[in-house]
Amino acid sequence: MENHDQQAHEQIHSHEEEHHSESFVSKYIFSFDHKTISRQFLITAVIMAFLAMTMSFLFRLQLAWPGEHFWILNFLLGDKWAPGGVLDPGMYMALVTIHGTIMVFMVLTGGLSGTFSNLLIPYQIGARDMASGFLNMLSYWFFFLSSVIMLSGFLVETGPASGGWTVYPPLSALPQAMDGSKLGMTLWLISMSLFIVSALLGGLNYIVTVINLRTKGMSMTRLPLTVWAFLVTAILGVLSFPVLFSAALLLIFDRSFGTSFYLSDIYIGGQALELSGGSPILYEHLFWFLGHPEVYIIIIPALGITSEIISVNSRKPIFGYRAMIGSIMAIGFLSFIVWGHHMFITGMNPFLGSVFVFTTLLIAIPSAVKAFNYITTLWKGNIQYTPAMLFAIGLVSTFISGGLTGIILADSALDIPVHDTYFVVAHFHIVMGVSAILGMLAGVYHWFPKLFLRHMNKKLGYIHFWGTFISAYGVFFPMHFLGLAGVPRRYYSNSAFPMFDNLVNINVIITCFAILAALVQLVFLFNFFYSMFRGPKSVQNPWNANTLEWTTPMANTHGNWPGALPEVHRWPYDYSKPGKEQDFVPQTVPLAEGEVDGGGH
Amino acid sequence: MVKFLIYVTVILMVFAIGYLVRVFELASSLKGGKSHEVTEKDNRIMSKVMMTFLVAFFAFVIWNLKSYVPVMLPEAASEHGVGLDWLFNFNMAILFTVFTITHIFLFYFSYKYYGRKGNTATYFTHSNKLEMIWTIIPAIVLAIIIIFGLKAWNKITAPASKDAIVIQLYAKQFDWTARYAGKDNELGASNYKLITGENSLGMDKADPKGLDDIIVKNEFHIPVNKEIEFKLNAREVIHSAYFPHFRAQMNCVPGMTTMLHFTPIITTEQMRKKLNNPKFDYILLCNKICGNSHYNMQMTIIVESEADYNAWLAAKKPFFQ
Repeated sequence: MENHDQQAHEQIHSHEEEHHSESFVSKYIFSFDHKTISRQFLITAVIMAFLAMTMSFLFRLQLAWPGEHFWILNFLLGDKWAPGGVLDPGMYMALVTIHGTIMVFMVLTGGLSGTFSNLLIPYQIGARDMASGFLNMLSYWFFFLSSVIMLSGFLVETGPASGGWTVYPPLSALPQAMDGSKLGMTLWLISMSLFIVSALLGGLNYIVTVINLRTKGMSMTRLPLTVWAFLVTAILGVLSFPVLFSAALLLIFDRSFGTSFYLSDIYIGGQALELSGGSPILYEHLFWFLGHPEVYIIIIPALGITSEIISVNSRKPIFGYRAMIGSIMAIGFLSFIVWGHHMFITGMNPFLGSVFVFTTLLIAIPSAVKAFNYITTLWKGNIQYTPAMLFAIGLVSTFISGGLTGIILADSALDIPVHDTYFVVAHFHIVMGVSAILGMLAGVYHWFPKLFLRHMNKKLGYIHFWGTFISAYGVFFPMHFLGLAGVPRRYYSNSAFPMFDNLVNINVIITCFAILAALVQLVFLFNFFYSMFRGPKSVQNPWNANTLEWTTPMANTHGNWPGALPEVHRWPYDYSKPGKEQDFVPQTVPLAEGEVDGGGH
Repeated sequence: MVKFLIYVTVILMVFAIGYLVRVFELASSLKGGKSHEVTEKDNRIMSKVMMTFLVAFFAFVIWNLKSYVPVMLPEAASEHGVGLDWLFNFNMAILFTVFTITHIFLFYFSYKYYGRKGNTATYFTHSNKLEMIWTIIPAIVLAIIIIFGLKAWNKITAPASKDAIVIQLYAKQFDWTARYAGKDNELGASNYKLITGENSLGMDKADPKGLDDIIVKNEFHIPVNKEIEFKLNAREVIHSAYFPHFRAQMNCVPGMTTMLHFTPIITTEQMRKKLNNPKFDYILLCNKICGNSHYNMQMTIIVESEADYNAWLAAKKPFFQ
């Protein structure tokens, strides 16, 4: 072991010298290196997530104590948007909209896939870098630009887009309809178009890399489930993001060039518009054709990360490796034929609705298989409670509880009374918001040693997990009842008429938990940035894991492995295999004579 | 001045954090700097916290049910709503069972199998039998859910009967207008280009069917135990006609007419008595984001006996008179 380390050290040293010629700009800013790009994505995403969380804190204040004066609102939003510390209704809508957009796209799509696909695909398949470092670099900078433009909505006079993160026309198409449909909406569309470019550049790169650059012996059935998850995610993105692009493009035409793809028979601002033949429903179809795969683009990488972390820390092979691959593929495929369940009450043909009910509920089967397989992986394990493991178990819990309420919403008849109420808000926040965030945080804690060569503090990690997990349920569990009481989402205030007066205390409880959640994230922020520079240095394979990333030296070696690429001889889940000295057998260890590889299929 | 104080506080906080970091580092270096390695003690503590969480979580769930079920919507006030509520409860019973079982397993295993030194996990890679079980059982349960759900869906979305009372609901930023079809029970034609301050629905005077149409704002009445068919239109953006008490909802989309129908079965008076709330009213809400005052776009619905309804309507004048 010592000898090995020393050898590695020498090799790193020689590599460092080789790269002295690299300038600061090419090394840290326009870098082609997958590890640097991964860090860039992660840090940007952490900052964006923090901003989006702050927005949610601001509108939660209004929901719990409507009309109350809060100096913080006035301090952050100024006299225009929070006169006297009371949130302006237009600004409320804008905060809700931008919170949703940032979380869905910038944090959980760009941030999650961008960080972990970039970091882990080359590392875990045994490649020196992504197929195209240049496209990869472009992918990050398009993402960065898109994030900046999204935020810049707060700097224009009429404020950011405020028609909800789905920006349905005609509301989003008509500047007369609300302030948020003016310049802010144009910025939203530009930002989203750039984001799609970034997602496509990244996605194509991930697919090509996984298919072409696997090292010797790394067959598809020896890939870690993380890589499988990233691959399926990238395919979903490449197939569905262009459709959102077309939707956005047509909306840009409708807004700026007088076309009427989505507009028809509209009377607004005292005049009848000469537009006919368009349909807002067309936009909904195009939007949700991306929008539904999108939620799987968010959750599948988190599930992949969880598979890996649960297996490593249970010191057991992931249960049903092939079933896990099969269920990821089934979820991915089905996600393309379920988008109509967002549109049951748009007046679509009821028969078509029935078809979408059927396809949507089918997704519950592979999802159930995944949940049961996680639970079985824990059974008779030797569970090591790293912070990452806690987050992974938390994900299994929220994935189940959020997924179950999805069954109600997928059932068109039952969807009618709860559609667009807080029941939906509770459902999707638990199943994809909280789950994906827990998965992403699990990944951050687990691969922090690979990202920054150091460890995060364990105790702060424990506090962070329990604080986050408890407050996440504290926020979103009572929210179901608001929905069942008939409270529509995106209402600035529930006290404009007496119907919801008996629900005030639910909103107070929710906001209190939201504040707790926000405070706990400060612990994480501190731990994250502090450990990046001053955390204890990590050893090469701190979790005793099998996958290839832990065979690389603890340095930012360009090309990942100083010598030849590793050769793979077995699947990645040989933990606690009988007859072995240690409770893990890295993928690079050749099979013993007569030893059977894999899950014994 | 306040801003200045805030800046000072922020700067002081940065210093405070800096010092905390120093203290924290010194403390961890005294302990030997193993602040990241997981010990058996950590595993044991975390496993106990897992179990505690399970118990606390279910206590929280039960507390939620106890305190919030009473403030949920009252019993369904429409014919199909009663069946829908039953179906909802039936589904919820299944889901709650699954939720309970999976969470007990998840957290119990997390508790029981915490890592101990010298312990080895069981090498258990797959089991076709188990995987078949948890593919087939969910499939059967889902089949039941789908069949019940689609039966209800087909019933609700079937065309309204011919003698249903036709009412148009017209949505605009930010109010509702109801138009009754009058004696012929047929709505007259309308065109958005005819909209004026007076004629806010753009009704076409040339269509004889529209001459007896009646327009009401703020509050509209419907008779109990009669099927009502709503024809929904919107002026400029998408709105959604949401009748929470009647378990009914349909979007209003510019450029097209959408439809929805239901039969109210409890009058406003009866519901007030049942809830012991003399101020209770049925309400129509907008449930699709439609602009800044979206949250305040509502209309009161009065359900009354057919005689009262007829008397109320007879007192109204047709729009073109």
